[in-house]
Amino acid sequence: MAALRQPRTGGLLVLAAIIAVLPFLLPNAYYFDVVILVGINALVVVGLNLLIGYAGQISLGHAGFFGLGAYASAVLPARFDIPPLAALVLGAIGVGLLAVVIGRPILRLKGHYLAVATLGMGLLIFMLLSNEQDLTGGPDGMAVQRLTILGYKLHGVHTWYWIVGGALLTGTWLALNLIDSPTGRALRALHDSEIAAQVNGVDVVRHKLTVFVISAVFASLAGSLSAHYSGFITPNSAGFLHSIELVTMVVLGGMGSTFGGIVGAAVLTALPQFLTVFHEYEHAALGLIMMVCMIYLRDGLLPSLRQRLHWRRS
Amino acid sequence: MSEFLQFLFSGITIGAVYAMVALGFTIIYSASDVINFAQGEFVMLGGMCTVFLAAAGVPLPIAALLAIVITAGVGAALCKLAIEQARGASVVALIIITIGASVFLRGIAQVVFDKQLHRLPAFSGEQPILIGGATLLPQSLWVLGGAGVIVIALHRFFRRTLFGKAILAAAQNRQAARLVGININLVMLSSFALSAAIGALAGILVTPITLTSYDVGTMLALKGFAAAMLGGMGNPVGAIVGGLLVGVAEAMGAGYISSDYKDAAAFLIILAVLSFLPQGLLGARIRERV
Repeated sequence: MAALRQPRTGGLLVLAAIIAVLPFLLPNAYYFDVVILVGINALVVVGLNLLIGYAGQISLGHAGFFGLGAYASAVLPARFDIPPLAALVLGAIGVGLLAVVIGRPILRLKGHYLAVATLGMGLLIFMLLSNEQDLTGGPDGMAVQRLTILGYKLHGVHTWYWIVGGALLTGTWLALNLIDSPTGRALRALHDSEIAAQVNGVDVVRHKLTVFVISAVFASLAGSLSAHYSGFITPNSAGFLHSIELVTMVVLGGMGSTFGGIVGAAVLTALPQFLTVFHEYEHAALGLIMMVCMIYLRDGLLPSLRQRLHWRRS
Repeated sequence: MSEFLQFLFSGITIGAVYAMVALGFTIIYSASDVINFAQGEFVMLGGMCTVFLAAAGVPLPIAALLAIVITAGVGAALCKLAIEQARGASVVALIIITIGASVFLRGIAQVVFDKQLHRLPAFSGEQPILIGGATLLPQSLWVLGGAGVIVIALHRFFRRTLFGKAILAAAQNRQAARLVGININLVMLSSFALSAAIGALAGILVTPITLTSYDVGTMLALKGFAAAMLGGMGNPVGAIVGGLLVGVAEAMGAGYISSDYKDAAAFLIILAVLSFLPQGLLGARIRERV
């Protein structure tokens, strides 16, 4: 029973239970669609939270990695006859290598400088995707082949629900394990003070790079899944606004709270879907949520809630 | 040669706009350590307010003046309602707050105004001036003149007036400035209003050349930020030099390499500067303290 009390196992079980029960509560395909989108965003956010919440390094360009993963899954099968599943893996490996190459110089930066460097990186990827028309179809986007596994074509919201749910659960499990490992402790140490961490023998550069690469690969895989699920992609998936939305999900849910990030992803993905009446005001609302959360709920939704509960109990 | 001159003219014109945006970044950063990612929205608001006021029948000079006042008000409101409330927040939180403000202002602008491209008539005719085989639009002179006037006025403001000196003092050391009786909240408020006004003016001057719409702010903010960073964050001279360099690099890149990747120039500069000269061309060297 003691193992259940641990946030790791307990939280994972709760997440697994929610994923298992949710299909019985969702009334129609539309709700499945929203939940799948939540899951895909949550997968990115779980990775991004490792970088922002644990290592304390901001990235305003993760949609770029998401977009690269999506386009790897779209372009490689369509233009080079590579099977979709191999394309997904190749995309993730490619993005990982790219993250190593980019991460090395820019992770030396801090605060605003890191924010802008990652932002510039994301925008360069966006420009590449929208300008290389022969390969990517340009700003109009391109269609994506169905994902086939062992000759079985994956389609329909129910199949995709389980795929995305499984991916999210696996991703969360991996992230929680990482947080509980020496690497995770090193990340938290360098979050508080890089110099102090270094003095204590933490290889700051290597650990920051590791977590940057891991979060990039998470984003790439989520991008691939999203491309195959929706069957069509545009460069907007790699755009600035998407990067901002991802960071907002991390912050809204609570930096350094893996499950909080998932809650953040759920709120921010689902809210616009159900507020279509206010479609015109969607951006204004997104901006307002970002500001209000950062001003009044600095720890994020889930940690703030938890704190309040603890406070009442004691 | 005339081709080079042509690219240089357009580069310096747009560079002057980036320089004004970069100055706005610099002023707010000096006064409050905040990087205001909504700086580009001030430029957009300046242009859009003028367009819509002019369309409503207000004479252009008065419309421009009103637009500057409105934008300065928005800047002050941003400071009062968001930045001041978030005192003590982390750098990441402040980045997200100002990005949120930028998304919010853009969202409001697309409802209050519209999603169309708009233009203003050139202030003194469209007849281009021929110089060495290249042409220069009279409006470019307005932009350059406007940037020049702002630089001189700011210089005098910071050096000659008590309030300007108070802002500089607050930028040096907020605690010490407070101890000698400087009202830090007022300094922050006026720095936001001031840089909003500068942004608005830039937006008004450049709209006849580049047109404006509700979403021009993002790119302008990013390029202005590239400029500010290239020159060294918090350094006004650096902001101007950086702005002109980014503008010229962009125009040359578009002219000689590829216009598809015109916008990439600024970001390649950012990545290069950050990798090799993390403090910018004219920035101070700072060490982290434990």
